[in-house]
Amino acid sequence: MTAENAQKISVENRLRQYKKKSQMRTIWNRLKKNRLAIFGLALFLVMLAVVSTADIYYNYEQDAIAQHLSLRFKGPGQTAGHPLGTDQYGRDVLARVIYGGRISMFVGLATICVSLSLGSLIGATAAYYGGKVDNILMRIMDVFLAIPNILMAITLVAAFGTSLLNLILAMGLAGTPKMSRIVRSSVLSIIGTDYIEAARAYGTSDMRIIFRHILPNAMGPILVQATQTVARSVITVSSLSFIGLGISEPTPEWGAMLSAAKSQLRYHPYLAISPGIAIVMVVVSLTLLGDGLRDAMDPRLKN
Amino acid sequence: MADKLLEVTDLHVMYRTDDDNVYALNGVDISVEKGKTLGLVGETGAGKTTLALSILRLLPDRVGFVTQGNVKMNGVELLKLSEPDMRLLRGNDISMIFQDPMTSLNPIHTVGDQIAEVIALHNEHADRDSIEKKVDEMMEMVGIPAIRKSEYPHQFSGGMKQRIVIAIALACNPKLLLADEPTTALDVTIQAQVLEMMEQLKQKLGTSMILITHDLGIVAQICDQVGIMYAGEVVEIGTVEDIFEGTQHHPYTVGLFGAIPNMAEGSPRLHPIDGLMPDPSIVLPGCPFAERCPHRLDKCQKERPQAVPVNSGMHRIKCWLAKAVREE
Repeated sequence: MTAENAQKISVENRLRQYKKKSQMRTIWNRLKKNRLAIFGLALFLVMLAVVSTADIYYNYEQDAIAQHLSLRFKGPGQTAGHPLGTDQYGRDVLARVIYGGRISMFVGLATICVSLSLGSLIGATAAYYGGKVDNILMRIMDVFLAIPNILMAITLVAAFGTSLLNLILAMGLAGTPKMSRIVRSSVLSIIGTDYIEAARAYGTSDMRIIFRHILPNAMGPILVQATQTVARSVITVSSLSFIGLGISEPTPEWGAMLSAAKSQLRYHPYLAISPGIAIVMVVVSLTLLGDGLRDAMDPRLKN
Repeated sequence: MADKLLEVTDLHVMYRTDDDNVYALNGVDISVEKGKTLGLVGETGAGKTTLALSILRLLPDRVGFVTQGNVKMNGVELLKLSEPDMRLLRGNDISMIFQDPMTSLNPIHTVGDQIAEVIALHNEHADRDSIEKKVDEMMEMVGIPAIRKSEYPHQFSGGMKQRIVIAIALACNPKLLLADEPTTALDVTIQAQVLEMMEQLKQKLGTSMILITHDLGIVAQICDQVGIMYAGEVVEIGTVEDIFEGTQHHPYTVGLFGAIPNMAEGSPRLHPIDGLMPDPSIVLPGCPFAERCPHRLDKCQKERPQAVPVNSGMHRIKCWLAKAVREE
């Protein structure tokens, strides 16, 4: 039995290798032609680079955490060395946005990874096997769907304790029901097609059919939902932070910066604009990239 | 008698829907000899595709059930095999060509990858180069230049797509090929090409085939044996000569042939068979064709006829009349 399994795995591996070279290359070639997608990709990579190399040009303790009350509420350009100004404690806004990106971008992406993989697994399994499996899985998801996302995240974080990992897990789990519904419906539309039936008739295994034949074809709506969720989870983190279950002060984080700036909106709007733009940039870059990727993966839209 | 590759005996298949039970196959007996082609002819809803799907055990989950009967291939009972064993068989020993080539290829994988997938699934020890070589070979065999293997299905015409589908189906040299109306979606000139190619490949690889079709012309052209299906039963089965030439026929077969224009005699009007097929959700005590039969006897609607051999070969007819003639 184990030998048989090992053999099976080796076939899968070989097929994957066999595919990789040609398919990755064609997808990249097609993506290259899509200017918007490349712009999105570039923007995202630049942000990633800036955020991950922050230690070179900023000192975390000095610039992002330490308070300099004499320099509070300096607007953008008012003082040298603070291009985006300083906040109510005199901390450099740019430094905080950059360091905040470490947490916000990581949390946003990790959350979507959790809910995308769980949601795909549950949704695709439910749709593929149908009947009882479908009913049981989807009714469980319905129960979870009835609980508001944020409430569920609060419950989970409260139960497991406050930590970055638990936060990601909680928000990922909270997003899973919606994701599984979307995956299920788009898988259902693929499942009735002849080529799935044909794949079965050629002896393809269930898992292989789901992951190689169905999911890639059902990718469109899933990607759209995924990119939207990234933005939402950045905001959710801040709501959780606000009630003390997320990232605690003074750790910089975009959502927390936004909610702190809310009270200063009238006289110091720049405090809200910087993290806001940062969030928008992540979302826009991911959306453009996601859109382009979807088109690049679909050979029918090639020309 | 030549070696029998596939033997289906007394196969009953039922579709269970919310409203009622549909009896799709009611005691089908067919057999396919090694290297031979069996044509299955019959109107829509006669159960031809259901028969093919039950041989592959691909009836829709929770809806289609085999309620009775045996499907034996080389003496192995397919209906009792475990699902993983059956999966090894599919594509390797038994393969299927689907009706519509436009939709039976996955749009997001190149045709070469799709051929390679079947080969890799059934030849665990093959390395990449030998798989590639086999893909090239298969593509050349169905008459498509191997360079085009990195193209996607939408870049091919319908006839070429069907060739690809045939290449996939034959990639593992199956012993039995189920062709479900392989040419219905193609125009007539391409039909001829594809059929000729299938015939050649069959000869070359020694594959047996079950060809499902509406078209008696195709049957005459490439089949060795013919089964006429009606309402989930094979009402008449025999060699092509038996069916096209023989003296005795099932009234339904006569009706089918009456609905084809005769070029030699130039009949002014075709003779369609009056009436419709019986409702498959009702079990009839008698012959399913009795309602429409011009030669109906009293017992036709009360008792179900058994298949009667009408010559020394394999020609058998399920009709009370056939028996009567033989007993004379």
